[in-house]
Amino acid sequence: MMTLFILFWPLVIALVIFILRPANAKKIAFVASVLEFLIALLIVVQFDKSGSNSLAFNIPWIPSLGISFSIAIDGISLLLVLLTTGLVPFIILSSFESPAPKPANYYALIMVMQMALVGVFTALDGFLFYIFWEMALIPIYFICLIWGGENRAFITLKFFIYTLAGSLFMLVALLYLYYQTPGSHSFQIDAIYAAGRGLSAAHQGILYWGLFLAFAIKMPVFPFHTWQPDTYTVAPVEGTMLLSGIMLKMGFYGVIRWLLPVVPVGASSWAMTAIILSVIGIIYASVIAINQKDFKRLIAYASIAHVGLISAGLLTMTRIGYQGALIQMISHGILAFALFYICEIIFQRTNSRTIASLGGLRNNAPILTTVFMIVILGTIALPFTSGFVGEFLLLNSLFSYNIFLGVAGGTTIIFGAVYMLYAFQYMMLGKSSPQSSTIADLTSHEKMVLYPIVILIFVIGIHPDPLLQISEAAVSDILKVFSTQSANLK
Amino acid sequence: MNALLVVCGLGFVSLVAEIANLKKRLHVAIIIGLIVAVGLVVADWNSEFSYYNNMLVFDQFSLTFTALIIAVAIFWFCISSPYFVGQPHQTDRSALVVFTMVGGIMMVSFHNMAMLFLGIEILSISLYVLAGSNKDSFISNEAAFKYFIMGSFATGFLLMGIALVYGATGSFDIGKITNHIAANASAMPDFFYVGLFLMLVGMTFKISAVPFHFWAPDVYSGSPTVITAFMSTVVKIAAVVAFYKIFAQCFEPVQTSIVNAVQVIVVLTVLVANITAVYQNNVKRMLAYSSIAHVGYILLAFVSNGDNSEGTLFYYLLSYSTASLAAFGILSVLEGSGGSTSLEVFHGLFHRNPVASICMAIALLSLAGIPPFAGFFAKYMILGMALDAGYLNLTILAIITSLIGVYYYFRPIVVMFIGNPTTDRAPLSMAQKFVVGFLALVTLVAGIFPDALINLLG
Repeated sequence: MMTLFILFWPLVIALVIFILRPANAKKIAFVASVLEFLIALLIVVQFDKSGSNSLAFNIPWIPSLGISFSIAIDGISLLLVLLTTGLVPFIILSSFESPAPKPANYYALIMVMQMALVGVFTALDGFLFYIFWEMALIPIYFICLIWGGENRAFITLKFFIYTLAGSLFMLVALLYLYYQTPGSHSFQIDAIYAAGRGLSAAHQGILYWGLFLAFAIKMPVFPFHTWQPDTYTVAPVEGTMLLSGIMLKMGFYGVIRWLLPVVPVGASSWAMTAIILSVIGIIYASVIAINQKDFKRLIAYASIAHVGLISAGLLTMTRIGYQGALIQMISHGILAFALFYICEIIFQRTNSRTIASLGGLRNNAPILTTVFMIVILGTIALPFTSGFVGEFLLLNSLFSYNIFLGVAGGTTIIFGAVYMLYAFQYMMLGKSSPQSSTIADLTSHEKMVLYPIVILIFVIGIHPDPLLQISEAAVSDILKVFSTQSANLK
Repeated sequence: MNALLVVCGLGFVSLVAEIANLKKRLHVAIIIGLIVAVGLVVADWNSEFSYYNNMLVFDQFSLTFTALIIAVAIFWFCISSPYFVGQPHQTDRSALVVFTMVGGIMMVSFHNMAMLFLGIEILSISLYVLAGSNKDSFISNEAAFKYFIMGSFATGFLLMGIALVYGATGSFDIGKITNHIAANASAMPDFFYVGLFLMLVGMTFKISAVPFHFWAPDVYSGSPTVITAFMSTVVKIAAVVAFYKIFAQCFEPVQTSIVNAVQVIVVLTVLVANITAVYQNNVKRMLAYSSIAHVGYILLAFVSNGDNSEGTLFYYLLSYSTASLAAFGILSVLEGSGGSTSLEVFHGLFHRNPVASICMAIALLSLAGIPPFAGFFAKYMILGMALDAGYLNLTILAIITSLIGVYYYFRPIVVMFIGNPTTDRAPLSMAQKFVVGFLALVTLVAGIFPDALINLLG
């Protein structure tokens, strides 16, 4: 029942806000999302780490087509639900001081988005997963379309069609698997797993690309990333946070739950190609990030680079890779949120995001500078920050997979330090430029948002063990499959 | 049958209303009469009746589609009251529309080629006049004339085909034709196949699939918008169902011989219609091409012909016509007396009329096939059937063309939400708001709970 509540509560709130159109929509949305987060924490407290849990809910939905409404929370889902429910209150809180026009619609869409995201992370039926996957696209499209920046009509439509194209191939792949299931066919995850694993290696390879395309576009992995920088730049800041903080994790979650365990043989035979693409993405995006003039665009490209490392580690199909990816997804979500928020704070005060036109912000905003520094250190994976744990595990898995790829992927840390510290130095240090003179330090409201984030960055960096334990059992289950499958192959 | 009689009766009532001076109540009377007709259909549910020596058979299949036709028509009448109430020729127009429905109901319930022909002619002749019902407009007259010439030509093909099939099988009764073909499958004379092909041409014209679609965009954009809405929903349901009854039921034993031809039609239809729609700046024309494209997807179901193709057909037509009717309905209101249906009428609609713009967005999202709306599930079932039947290439083509579809369906959505309002246009009346809102709700609910609808024809 708790799973049902956590899934539908945001939808209920969205409808209430949309229909009643209260004047203080943002406060209602905030309180509701905090409540949702508390329920998620309650689930964490009660969670049985050994694997068996009573968080499943399963009723037939379209019985004649073998589709059921089947949701459950295991360790992997729980981490992502925690990330989603934890970030949304921060995102709403961060929007308090610069309210969007027509706030009722805005917050209703954010709540619908949250519902769809939780649905993606909990669905255990292929069709249901697809529905939530697409449902997440509609609110974010309208958030970007209605409240976005310059040239948004074209960019958001490109984003929509691009991601929809990928998902439709995923739909075909799922449908193909569905018709491989015995009897009157089923979309249940176990049936899909059995159907996928029963296929020949060649067929698994084809299905692998059908499914991977959808996930790779969402993350995005090189060369499917071209929608991402424009969309991140044009979206309103809350939209960017949703996109980079939570929505791109849908792609990784898809790989974890709906790609590697479905076609393990196909995945391991194509792993090299996919990992090489990811590593190319790391280097390519880092080089572009170094040359960016707009700070928001720089974060967007940095995000592609970080995402490339997560995807490379995940695709090695090792325990370290899986655990590293999971912890790094949480860390990336928090850090991306903080970076975009700081970028927005600076933009609102100076009306500029151009790195060259800013300078010496530290002189008038020391607290902002300190917070920004900590966030950047997390992003470039300094030890004792949250970024370090994930990147260390991911690089570790990549090195054990292939030493050359490990070295190439490892450049992300060096490159990351280059573009992040470069931007920091130009924007925050040195003499004040005319543009920067209007800067003021963090308000108490902004501190309320950023201080918990800073604490989280350190807590996860110093003591990541509780998070790793949550997903331990679920990851082991999946890895057992890989080892038996590869044993069968030999 | 009772429903058919009631609808016929409504047609006569409309004609008499002119003399008896009952015009004021006529519109409401027709709507009430149609609701009664739906009730009569539901009363006959799950039973089978045949009339006039099996000329008309109302089985579950016919009853379901009869109910769909009448139900869609009820909503159409609610939206299109400005076209009737207080207009000259109100009674004539009502009578013609109602007789079109009579033809449509015959097309879904015929069991004899003669009845099929009668149904098509009753439907078409009324439509020729309705297309030109905006008498002062040059393009409306052109549309009627074009439709009439082309339509007669296609009917000629159809009639010739029926005659040849009769010559080969010795019967007009579709049951007897099926049995005869099944018994002599290898010994059918060549001219039977000529007849089959001629009927295919005639029916392809009626459902406006490429390459016999060329009349549709001109006729759709020339006719008054509400009549276009009627053509692309009620009339389309009747034509597609008739197509299905002939080629998937009556000629089922020789289906393999036309399936290649239908495949070509599918490929051409989804490609040509979707690509041409991208270049339309007139929303009415865009929706006309969209309706052609949807015929292409429906024909894909016909090609694959899976276990549940009747249920799929019903669900697809239902989802398509509710969304299409909502879109056309809003377009006709926005058009108002100005007569423009270009993209500009949608600029900034969200700020002027949020209800209309959200309903329009839902309708377009459903037509584009975005979950969780009904249009997605309809397309999903079609793709599933095609994949199950092994048509991977056609499935991928359908997906790519759907993506093209997203592009043009989203153009009105984009300008509705970010454009600046150009002028203040007539807002929707309460009744119209209610109807389009209800249609949007049906689109959503049917998408989330499709099971009951599919199993109506399980």
